[in-house]
Amino acid sequence: MDQFLQQLVNGLTIGSLYALIAVGYTVVYGIVQLINFAHGEIFMIGAFGALSTYLILFQGQTSLWVLPFLVLGAMAASVGVAVLTERVAYRPLRGAGRLAPLITAIGISVFLQEFVRLFYDKVPGLDFPSAKQKIPFPQIEVVTGPAIELGPVTIQRAAVFTIGCLIMCGAALWWFINRTRTGRGMQAVSQDPDTAKLMGINVDRVIVVAFAVGAALAAIAGVAQGLLNTNINFKMGFIAGLKAFTAAVLGGIGNVWGAILGGLVLGVLETLAVQFLPGGSPWKDVWAFALLILVLVFRPQGLLGAKVVDRA
Amino acid sequence: MTALLEVKDLVVAYGKIVAVKGISFIVGEGEVVTLIGTNGAGKTTTLRTISGLLRPAGGSVLYRGEDISATPAHQIVGLGLAHSPEGRRIFPRMSVEENLLLGAYGRRDNDIDRDLKAAYELFPILGERSRQHAGTFSGGEQQMLAMGRAMMSRPKLLMLDEPSMGLSPLMMKRIMSTVTTLREQGTTILLVEQNARAALKIADKGYVLEVGQIVTEGTGQELLHSDEVRKAYLGED
Repeated sequence: MDQFLQQLVNGLTIGSLYALIAVGYTVVYGIVQLINFAHGEIFMIGAFGALSTYLILFQGQTSLWVLPFLVLGAMAASVGVAVLTERVAYRPLRGAGRLAPLITAIGISVFLQEFVRLFYDKVPGLDFPSAKQKIPFPQIEVVTGPAIELGPVTIQRAAVFTIGCLIMCGAALWWFINRTRTGRGMQAVSQDPDTAKLMGINVDRVIVVAFAVGAALAAIAGVAQGLLNTNINFKMGFIAGLKAFTAAVLGGIGNVWGAILGGLVLGVLETLAVQFLPGGSPWKDVWAFALLILVLVFRPQGLLGAKVVDRA
Repeated sequence: MTALLEVKDLVVAYGKIVAVKGISFIVGEGEVVTLIGTNGAGKTTTLRTISGLLRPAGGSVLYRGEDISATPAHQIVGLGLAHSPEGRRIFPRMSVEENLLLGAYGRRDNDIDRDLKAAYELFPILGERSRQHAGTFSGGEQQMLAMGRAMMSRPKLLMLDEPSMGLSPLMMKRIMSTVTTLREQGTTILLVEQNARAALKIADKGYVLEVGQIVTEGTGQELLHSDEVRKAYLGED
């Protein structure tokens, strides 16, 4: 039982990361029916954005007040890159069918990984470490340090931060989608783009907002991952992105609340499978992607159904 | 009479298929003008081009004398041109009130609440069900919502595409009398209909479209009594 509780906490932690990233897949899909396979790299770039902010401005600092600035730096990097890729790569392909943007997304994914790997230490005027190896992520007081013992369960401080971020982002997202003018515009575009135009909604702008919102959440996940893992690398977005995509499909691609639920379910199932099924942790990804296949076969619309950027 | 909307030699094509082959018509301020014709005559294509969802291959669309044929769709409603599309196209997973508010999406003034009340007065059923999801509505109720939503932008010109489609005769009468009410309140109306009789009865002017061309035009009464129109569109011998 203790083992189970411990794994449940671990699963919810990793699941929160998946959920934060999965929202980006699902929001963009809900608006433009594009699986943005470069979204995992947006998450990786968030982590590097936070690291860069730290190295430039706060080298050696460990106080908690640094953390909001790291998050802002991460968001600036992720949102900037996501909006730029939309502008230069996806927008020119609008109306070109589904295959061209999909292949473009895979190309951008490879491009961003290689770009960070080859050029991170070559930024002129800045003394950044090479991204060819793992880079230690800044450790911040309060959110890293000794784990919290809660009866039989040990909870990493960074895990509390991660789950807390998901809760706050979920609430902010609900408010944004249902209570703001732009959020209602997003719902309208996801339900009927042509009619949305007749309402005076600038669909191009809504698409940019969708990319930006997804990137902002992925950036927060990037910071959380850095704190949890204590180091980051240029490849971290690949598997995390695939898992988050799995989570989005599991919950119902296009459905924001499905993405969050799917992330948590995937994280918990994967962690429990490692604990209680034979094979141990090398089999972790096998269980996760086996789940994806099962979902695609037996419930392709996902747990909550693809209701598109929408209330649950 | 001054022309609010003037369509000149409009040509619209889907790839190689030319759906509208050089039509011209005028909608004067305060009028109800109707385009009638069978399926595939190019009526919906014409409306979608006027509101910017399609780009013309030739000709022009003048609104208050200015060519709007290159203006993006989302800017056209702000000029005072609202389009209630074929098949209502309400947002099914949003409430009635949210649908109506989307109609006022481009407005920044403080009268939106007042216009919301006005929409509920025009169609009391919408007020009674303002929190209900619009997807659960009947065809007639959805049509009222689509019209109310279009009116929320405070249009000078309201374009209605097949508002009577699929409605009971009673509901159709209700919709047509609302069109007359809106006209009396000062809204100019461009009405596209397959139900020629209902449309011509309330129209000042009518144009008959056949495979992308205007074949006959006249006042509503003239067309109602023209032999040609009676045979082809009113099902009379």
